[in-house]
Amino acid sequence: MNFKLKDIVPQLITVTAVVLVFGFFTYNAQINMENRGIDFGYGFLSQESSFDVQFSLIEYDGSHSYFRAYLVGLLNTILVSVIGIIIATILGVIVGVARLSPNYLINKFAAFYVEFFRNIPLLLQIFFWYFAALRALPLPQDAEAIFGVFFLTIKGLYVPAFIWQNFSVFFYSIVAAIIAIIVIRIHAKRVQENQGKQIPVFFISIGLIFILPLLSFLIGGVGISFEVPVLKQLATTSFIYEGGVSLPPELIALTLSLSLYTATFIAECVRAGIQGVGKGQKEAAASIGLTPNQVLKLVIMPQALRIIIPPTTNQYLNLTKNSSLAAAIAYPDLVLVFAGTALMQTGKAIEIVSITMFTYLTLSISISLLMNWYNKKIAIQEK
Amino acid sequence: MMSKINFLKPDKNNLNTFLYLGSFLFLISVLDVFINSFFSLNITGFLPGFLSFLFPLILGFIGLYFIRIEFSGIKQLDLLNKHINTNNFNAVLSLLIIFVIIKSLPPILSWFVIDASFAGDTKDVCTGSGACWTYIKVWMRRFMYGMYPNAEQWRINLSFIALVLMGSVGYFATDRFKKYLTLYYVVIYPLIAFLFIFFFISGGPVFFDFSYGIIAAILSIILGFFIPAKYKFYYFLIVPLALYITLKYFIFFEEYVELGKLDGLNWVETGAWGGLSLTFIISFFCLIFCFPIGMAFALGRRSNFPLIRYISVGFIEFWRGVPLITVLFMSAVMFPMFLPEDFFIDKLVRAIIAISLFEAAYVAEVIRGGLQALPRGQYEAAKSLGMGYWKMHIFVILPQALKLVIPGIANTFLALVKDTPLIFVVGLLEIVGMLNLAKTNPKWLGFAMEGYVFAAIIFWIICYAMSKYSYNLEQKYKTDR
Repeated sequence: MNFKLKDIVPQLITVTAVVLVFGFFTYNAQINMENRGIDFGYGFLSQESSFDVQFSLIEYDGSHSYFRAYLVGLLNTILVSVIGIIIATILGVIVGVARLSPNYLINKFAAFYVEFFRNIPLLLQIFFWYFAALRALPLPQDAEAIFGVFFLTIKGLYVPAFIWQNFSVFFYSIVAAIIAIIVIRIHAKRVQENQGKQIPVFFISIGLIFILPLLSFLIGGVGISFEVPVLKQLATTSFIYEGGVSLPPELIALTLSLSLYTATFIAECVRAGIQGVGKGQKEAAASIGLTPNQVLKLVIMPQALRIIIPPTTNQYLNLTKNSSLAAAIAYPDLVLVFAGTALMQTGKAIEIVSITMFTYLTLSISISLLMNWYNKKIAIQEK
Repeated sequence: MMSKINFLKPDKNNLNTFLYLGSFLFLISVLDVFINSFFSLNITGFLPGFLSFLFPLILGFIGLYFIRIEFSGIKQLDLLNKHINTNNFNAVLSLLIIFVIIKSLPPILSWFVIDASFAGDTKDVCTGSGACWTYIKVWMRRFMYGMYPNAEQWRINLSFIALVLMGSVGYFATDRFKKYLTLYYVVIYPLIAFLFIFFFISGGPVFFDFSYGIIAAILSIILGFFIPAKYKFYYFLIVPLALYITLKYFIFFEEYVELGKLDGLNWVETGAWGGLSLTFIISFFCLIFCFPIGMAFALGRRSNFPLIRYISVGFIEFWRGVPLITVLFMSAVMFPMFLPEDFFIDKLVRAIIAISLFEAAYVAEVIRGGLQALPRGQYEAAKSLGMGYWKMHIFVILPQALKLVIPGIANTFLALVKDTPLIFVVGLLEIVGMLNLAKTNPKWLGFAMEGYVFAAIIFWIICYAMSKYSYNLEQKYKTDR
């Protein structure tokens, strides 16, 4: 006999217990659904949804299907997450570096920021911005323009919209610039390895990314104009701005609180990463004659990033999951649109909650798979 | 002599000149901002708008530039230069921070204290531009106890005081009793806490009959004299309860029915619980439950049995992959579908189960990190001493692993406390929920800011204290390897 009873029994007991629990749940669910006359199935996704969503990136109204509503929610979630991640990263890196500053005031200021925002529940911060801070903004008719074109009002932020001519040419020029930069980087690396010469890749890259789009304006016939929001009277006391792009206050409150909150954690990751690089590394790098810039670029950053990136990705994931708190202030994200309104209308609790959870699960598992792959790639190859 | 001073390059030879000039300029710049901020007087109003705005910054910058003299020999000056004035960039940043602090102090102070109203108990007293703390004062009971009836709130207070006292036993335990502390905190204390909440806060039916209880206690104490000291602890753990049950059900044949309620303790349903006390109750129980569950799954994930490992990985990754709000949604709308029709679980219990399972996955990952960080030698050494799986983990591996992950566990617990406001999804209102309810009361419209600031301060104090405590714990158990 190849296997021992000692190895089999615990596994058998565990699996039996799990199967029993799941079986119990499924059995009950079946009976309950039969009693209430609900049938199980995902057919409702193609039915007409007949509810409206305040803010959506794609065209949507009540005549579209539930699946379209799901997409609207998903896109809104992704929008908040992406904006939040960008702001949080910038802020987090600045604060993280500031916490290592030799300047006492900057150091303490950054520490105060981190300790302050980290220890207050995110939901409370969202409520604070949405119900207290943004409610103190002026009405549309009283709003003063910022730089003449932005209007920050109680109904949201109005910014000018870009109106492009020949946008595709501009887009391709940027793509071309990026491809050119990648090619030049590879070439520069090869030149350095073969001949020891250094090509100023950084300046060439900056030049390319500015010059090529500029050329597209001059030669490619790309034009740009702005549509500035204009105040419009709806009724005697009701005003809105027309034209331009309007960002609803829910979106502003949510991105603000998400990025302020997550930035504190990213700042700690950055600090730990930079501190994690030994002092000897800097000294050794300096002693073989690297310039301070080269020390940072070739010695410190590669090692610090190895420590920084895994926990930071985790924070990105947390931010994405935390964006589901949007439901509390009625920002139409996945949870509010799909697990809220759609669930109320169809009553298909099991299907809708499972789809919602599955979406988040897919999102986070794909990111963690990516993370594992990256971790393996940058891990120190020990012999 | 004056002509020899090079003002572009401060040096040690003219130390006093630069020091006096520099500190004078610096002080003027700070004074300008100070007067502007506290007395709203602009002493540089005669300058053009843009210059007047930047005037203190430029002046302060020049001042700091003048006093940046290396090795001046004056201790305070060197310290100042080292800390806030290392180079031009740092000088500007330091100035900006000083100005921001001076600028933001008056509005914050006047909102919090000077213009705020504290007296009275109606909305009418809040006429100033500052905060209306009267609002907090009037709603205090609701923020602390939710909808719990005013007359019964002593029950919550009593339970909390009792539980805090019993929780602090660990500090006063002598060495003789130290070995029982783990047992106390893991089994007995949670049990007592549950009984307190069930009998006192909830006003649950009393199953305990005091007459039998006293007889059982006296009997077991008398019998206890004949028990060897070695077994006394276990004896008192088991025998009194066994005696009580035997007496009640097997000797006097009491029927198993509820014996009525303690006089005066009315049933308060969980829907009426709320406020800060609910935050504490939920955090407490989730904390207690999520730790052992997380530990079990951490061990499961590192188990040698593939099936147990897969199940643990599945469990951990599932809970870590979904937001808590959807988990609570599930416990609110989907979970009842999975239970038999006549089977009802209170929504507070459901919320506690959901949050515990959710946080357990995070605890499991943290503990796994600690288990992985231990060198293989520890496992091998324990095995070579002939220890089995459980003995090895309980006495060798887990104590070391848990010590390593104190910060991680503390972070998870902090996240748990900060996640409690989410229970609004299942319809329970802890302090943030109560704030949102109070905010919509027509008599007290427009005080959202005060409420959120109040809750933020409370949460901040709790979380900050927790993180400081975990830091102390980490230092206390730190062992150099």
